[in-house]
Amino acid sequence: MKRALIALFVLVLIGGNVQLWAQAANWKDVPIPPLPAFHPPQPKRIMLPNGMVIFLQEDHELPLVDGVARIRGGGRAVPANKTGLTDIYGEVWRTGGTKSQTGDQLDDYLEQRAAHVETGGGIDSTTISWSCLKGDLDDVFKVFVDLIQNPEFRADKIEIAQKGMYDSISRRNDEPDAIAGREAAKLAYGASSPYARVPEYATVAAVKRQDLIDWHHNYVHPNNIILGVVGDFDSSAMEARLHQAFSSWPKGPAVKDPEVNFTPAKPGNYLVEKTDVNQSNIYLVGLGTTRKNPDYYAISVFNEAFGGGFSSRLFSDIRTTKGLAYSVGGGIGTGWDRPGMLRIVMSTKSQSTVESIQALDEEIADLSPKRPIDDVELKRAKDSILNSFIFRFDSPEKVLQEKMAYEFYGYPLDFLEQYQSAIEKVTKEDVARVAAKYIHRNQMSVLVVGNTSEFDKPLSTLGPVTKIDITIPAPPPGIAGDQDPQQ
Amino acid sequence: MKFRRVFIVAFILCFSSLVFSQDLASFEKRITVKKLANGLTVIICERPEAPVFSFFTHVDAGSVQDPMGKTGLAHMFEHMAFKGTDKIGTRDSEGEKKALQKVEDAYVPYLAERDKRVGRDEQKLKQLEQAWKDAIAEADKFSAPYNNEFGKIVESEGGEGLNAFTNHDETGYTYSFPSNRVELWAYLESERFLHPVMRQFYKERNVVIEERRMRTDSNPIGRLLEQFTTEAFAAHPYHRPTVGWMWDLNSFSATDAQKFFDKYYVASDMVVTVVGDVKAFEAMPVIEKYFSRLPARPSPDEATTTEPPQKSERRVVLHEQSQPIYIEGYHRPDSYSPDDAVYDAITDLMSSGRTSRLYRALVRDKQIASDSAGFSGMPGNKYPHLFAFYAVPIPGHKPQEMADAIHAEIDRLRKDDISDEELRMIKTRSKANLIRSLGSNEGLASNLGLFQARFGDWRELFRSVDRIDKVTKADIRRIANQTFVPDNRTVGIIEFAPPSQPPPEHSIMVPGVQPEGGAQ
Repeated sequence: MKRALIALFVLVLIGGNVQLWAQAANWKDVPIPPLPAFHPPQPKRIMLPNGMVIFLQEDHELPLVDGVARIRGGGRAVPANKTGLTDIYGEVWRTGGTKSQTGDQLDDYLEQRAAHVETGGGIDSTTISWSCLKGDLDDVFKVFVDLIQNPEFRADKIEIAQKGMYDSISRRNDEPDAIAGREAAKLAYGASSPYARVPEYATVAAVKRQDLIDWHHNYVHPNNIILGVVGDFDSSAMEARLHQAFSSWPKGPAVKDPEVNFTPAKPGNYLVEKTDVNQSNIYLVGLGTTRKNPDYYAISVFNEAFGGGFSSRLFSDIRTTKGLAYSVGGGIGTGWDRPGMLRIVMSTKSQSTVESIQALDEEIADLSPKRPIDDVELKRAKDSILNSFIFRFDSPEKVLQEKMAYEFYGYPLDFLEQYQSAIEKVTKEDVARVAAKYIHRNQMSVLVVGNTSEFDKPLSTLGPVTKIDITIPAPPPGIAGDQDPQQ
Repeated sequence: MKFRRVFIVAFILCFSSLVFSQDLASFEKRITVKKLANGLTVIICERPEAPVFSFFTHVDAGSVQDPMGKTGLAHMFEHMAFKGTDKIGTRDSEGEKKALQKVEDAYVPYLAERDKRVGRDEQKLKQLEQAWKDAIAEADKFSAPYNNEFGKIVESEGGEGLNAFTNHDETGYTYSFPSNRVELWAYLESERFLHPVMRQFYKERNVVIEERRMRTDSNPIGRLLEQFTTEAFAAHPYHRPTVGWMWDLNSFSATDAQKFFDKYYVASDMVVTVVGDVKAFEAMPVIEKYFSRLPARPSPDEATTTEPPQKSERRVVLHEQSQPIYIEGYHRPDSYSPDDAVYDAITDLMSSGRTSRLYRALVRDKQIASDSAGFSGMPGNKYPHLFAFYAVPIPGHKPQEMADAIHAEIDRLRKDDISDEELRMIKTRSKANLIRSLGSNEGLASNLGLFQARFGDWRELFRSVDRIDKVTKADIRRIANQTFVPDNRTVGIIEFAPPSQPPPEHSIMVPGVQPEGGAQ
């Protein structure tokens, strides 16, 4: 008691709310003081005369310095017969070493310093990054620069990368959720779309060392690079270091991203038969939109209310009330510079497969006019986005990543602030409008990966069914060892 | 998985005593620990980087504590801890309480009839099942309009990363809030363990069964790991899956879950850690106020056994329509062992990065695997457990080649000292990984909480420094010779078998739910 009194005294002294001491009986009675204003440090943006964009974000909490360069151009620009090229490039850029040091020598050199220099290939860009203790910056930065400017792509490492890819190709039908995700993308974007196609033995085998050299030559130019550095450094010293390393590097041709057409599958029911499972993976898919679309904000609120998190309608109806799924969710996907996927996803026991699809159908049908997102759902969704907004910039690294993404995709650098005020303005009518505009059940495809012998009803109850053959095309002769027969 | 990472981090904690003492000193200044009168431990770590905080509630009960025939119960309760309280998630607490009791009363005779081995009356079973389901429908009327209200409050108030985990050793709950909601969090988190309500239990049980289907039954590696772990432990409860056996999941009751809670969710076995933009002198009284409401209860007896020494190699081979995998495990002592740091050094040497011995031997040089590593913590580490090695053969290579290549590396470890350079690398990496682990509220909360719970002192997180720093080449050889011997080994293999051979029998008959026909 005495301790409580002293504490109370302390609280009053420091201006704390006395109500703190009234123990709340109901959560609504718990006082929530205003959140103090928070203006996270913003990274310094620099553009070198050769067009390289640099963001410097000081963070002195720990003695670390990390950097990442994102380079325009990625897998979507690769010809179909070499699908997988950027994956191999992303690995061998690092493992293949530099002109003066093999990848193995770099491994030893870096691991002795517990440092990393890593490379990777993505759909619209490739990356090279480093991470080191502050004291090792000179040693590690040297490797980073050397690898950007003098990669060697040694043949032995290309072979290892190819073998690794043959391995993942051989395993791609082992797990049902992986099959479902892959095939759903093909239905949404079109099977041959760069956003859906996958490497095959033949396309991986077709990638030669010269392809990697050419790729590097064509894309890795300072004017195609956005470099972000975060950590325990002094910005002006870092700026001088980067100037010295990169200023004399001449400009190259700008990257031109390919035109990509979207050819979604004919709406209908699609089936992948998998006999070693007791649960069906279900996807309802279509094409979504981009974040440049003014509808993005209403879509964000809709997604939160309909299919995001514990509070959503799908979670409440399909999981909590019906007990049909552990995993259920979805919404209208929004990409940075290409349409996301519209998808509603769940997995359920084989014996409730058709029942579950019908339950999802009902959720979609109910959106208009029977049960549109109501005032309570709207408020909850907006509160959820706005009250957790702080977590989008609660570390210097997150702030840096946001800015780099805006720079890369050509968004205003204050996009986050714009987002916040746009979310605040979203109305129930906006949400109903975007739901009606983007979700058309009759234009969506249903994909089921499951064990049909256990289904509650034949899938054909829902209409005609197209079976998808997921047999992995055999490797060309001499590739990928002596294969076990594939399914 | 998460757990393993935590322990790898733990081991990595510092090699240089300079870094060690600096970090420890800095944390000493920022950390306040208080044991409340009911025995609950509160840790506050001030990290005012941004106006947010994360917490980690550690409960010293995991699936090892599941009663016989009721495997999966610890994990089931974890799910129920999201179902609200007597004030959150219901329209009438008293009415609901009576209705939920009726559900339990109806379940007992249904279960008794269902499980009769002789003379089961199918007609009567149907009636009893209907009566039970009717009672559920009645009880649901109290909660249905308030589905997931607990989660809705957390999310609409700005909660991030609302989640929990259960493993063999313990249960943990976590999320992050903006820093102006410390009191709201203290209210919600304490209410959750003061007045949990077993509402919607049997539907949530179906959700958990779907989780089992997803992670285990419908996933070849899930199936392998379950069989492998079951084979490796004859006596200790580590042989049981955390998610539970299907029969048990279809049998245990809400009453069982409440009993589990009453017995194991004891204040003195709970550690609540808060990290972020909070001031201990402000937050501690608030936290104490709310968490002091949990009753003081005696800590349950530790009712477990010690796994006897293994006398011969054990083996499970699954014939699957999926690509081959190889795993093997060796019994080792628990994480309290004085040799724990030696095992951690071996993990790093064998598995960490492209300089690791297994990567270099199997992936780079022999080119027979796409990945290979060795690690402790299988399936937990609070009790004696397994140090496991695995390798993923690339097309054209067989599990036996993986075994041979791993054994060649083990032989090297047993016969030859590791190099000075390797030993130095292990220790340098520890120091760096320590530093890298200190930069997030979530990571700090779970690490500090876990070490406080396990060792009674969060400082153990930093003290593992001294232990790793003292590891010698001789230690590594001694432990390798002591542990990695054939009689102490359990092997798990997936062999590829085309699907047209004898059909796999993975579907599990659920009592009362018969699969219907309807093949297309």
